[in-house]
Amino acid sequence: MSKKSRISWLLIAPLLALVVAGFILPIGYTMVKAVKNPEVTAALPRTVMVLDAWDGQGMPPDSAWDALADDIEESRRGREFGAMTRRLNFEMNGARSVLMQTRRALGSLEPPYAQSLPVAVPELATPEIWQLIKNNSNPFTASFLLRAVDLQFTPDGRIEAVPPGTAIFLDLFKRTFWISIWVTVICVVLAYPTAYYISSLSNRAASYAMLLVLVPFWTSILVRTTAWFILLQREGPINAGLQAAQITSEPLQLIFTRFAVYVAMVHVLLPFQILPLYSVMKRQGTSMLRAAASLGAPPWRQFLLVYLPLTMPGVAAGAVIVFMLSVGFYVTPALVGGLQDQMISYYIAFFTNQSINFGMVAALSLLLLVFTGALILIARRFVPGLGSLKAG
Amino acid sequence: MTRIFVTVFAWAVLFFLVAPLLVIFPLSFSSGEILTLPVPGYSLRWYEDFFLTERWLDATKNSFIVGIATMIIATVLGTTAAYGINLTNFRGKTVVLALLSLPMVVPLIVTAASMYLAFSVVGLANSLWGLIVAHTIIATPYVLITVLASLQTFDPNLMRGALSLGARPVTAFREVVLPLIMPGVAAGAIFAFATSFDELVIAIFITSPGEFTLPRQMFAGLREFISPTITAAAVIMILLSFILLFISEAVRRRGERLTAGKVKQ
Repeated sequence: MSKKSRISWLLIAPLLALVVAGFILPIGYTMVKAVKNPEVTAALPRTVMVLDAWDGQGMPPDSAWDALADDIEESRRGREFGAMTRRLNFEMNGARSVLMQTRRALGSLEPPYAQSLPVAVPELATPEIWQLIKNNSNPFTASFLLRAVDLQFTPDGRIEAVPPGTAIFLDLFKRTFWISIWVTVICVVLAYPTAYYISSLSNRAASYAMLLVLVPFWTSILVRTTAWFILLQREGPINAGLQAAQITSEPLQLIFTRFAVYVAMVHVLLPFQILPLYSVMKRQGTSMLRAAASLGAPPWRQFLLVYLPLTMPGVAAGAVIVFMLSVGFYVTPALVGGLQDQMISYYIAFFTNQSINFGMVAALSLLLLVFTGALILIARRFVPGLGSLKAG
Repeated sequence: MTRIFVTVFAWAVLFFLVAPLLVIFPLSFSSGEILTLPVPGYSLRWYEDFFLTERWLDATKNSFIVGIATMIIATVLGTTAAYGINLTNFRGKTVVLALLSLPMVVPLIVTAASMYLAFSVVGLANSLWGLIVAHTIIATPYVLITVLASLQTFDPNLMRGALSLGARPVTAFREVVLPLIMPGVAAGAIFAFATSFDELVIAIFITSPGEFTLPRQMFAGLREFISPTITAAAVIMILLSFILLFISEAVRRRGERLTAGKVKQ
């Protein structure tokens, strides 16, 4: 390595270290968490060992009962027991209460547990819960990733669709995709004529008009969402205005609807579409249009065959940014949308803060990341010069 | 005909962009508790509430602490890294650049959730330090971009000249390079501050009530009960964005003049 490139690396090193330690490692840690399965082995090490030799057919050997009793006795005070029961309950509804019941019963039971436990906790006398423990003794699991696409393991290890009532994630991905597509389309439709108009103004007028784009662009997303949150209230300014103008006789339900999500998201993301379009159109000018006109092309042909292809990089650059931002949008839909209008991000937050299930947080994050990564690769392939435009 | 249509359409879109922000202003001066127009009367009660309530003041203070710390760290690390990247064509340059701009591309919600999970393990969650680290990471790509752009017009012979005249590298950088790339550095710094000051998603994940920033406090306010104090907070944030926009435009103009001047020479 030459002396100069050593200096280069030396200068980059601090930032690189920070990004690797504070960003790359956390993301990697999360991705691994999507397939990690440590809870059962941590809480029930002896049981897992005994069940390892069991073929999963019929009932486990008698020694498994004693091992389970020992393990539960041991983990009584630790956190492991709770984590394990939550983990198993995710796989099989009701597993948690069976294990809680077992723990309670063990306080007054005498060995041999193979005789006394099944009397006290009849659910343990069926193979299901034992199979469940055995299946989850592996340090890795595909359960979370499967659940993120509405699939699950049966107790004997097959993959099946989750019951219709609990199947939410495929719909969620579809909804996220379609909301993002529509937001992008609306942004392109609104931004194109606007950017064209501004680029046709004199420099001075254009810079004033661009101020009307830049001020919202620099205003925080939360403040703009707050504005819509207030505007769309039942007693808010829009409903008040509609009633005062006697267009409606009673307030419309605007807030917490899909309509609100579209309006607010388009408002937040529109500048991202206008800015690259404007810069392309400004650079392009209208000389090509005039050339086409002088050659006798009618206005619609000038537009379709000349101007549109020339400004397409601006459309594409803006659309890719708008689409990618909307796919991961959280704040705006969370505030102005109803439960039926939430996207993947809402459930990532939900599993982090409310129903604590870090496996699902990791699995949904992983899928969203893969989805975004695929989009970037596709966009790069089909949109020439995307990288350079974004940097500019 | 088309011309008129485009003009009307464009102004309608511009109106749509700005009007919601303008509506907040009269609402924040309302004397009533219901957020609707027309307002029953004007008063400063919501601003009074903002400036007299501890949780709003604490949140504002936290926002400035995190914003300024982020700005300083991101600008220093971003500028040195950009200079290093620009210095030579070393192997792995594209990989390093891609890696360093990754925080801009990964969905913020994924970044936030991952940082929460990992920072909890090392005790960085629920502290302002954790938030500063997180904000620095998402803000440095902007510093990199702006500084790299202004380094494009920087003539490396100037640095060589300074070194050959006996200046120590650090002195040469400070006295020769820095003044010339200042517009890029300043723009990056403003961007870093604005990114941190506006950031909410990571703040939702890795702060608890003691460390709430201004956006986080507003978010809590919107979710729990809608007090018009939120409109006062929003106006304060809009004014701040306005100031930042103004500074960044001034910096940009100055930068353009500088580059234009050099081209003429």
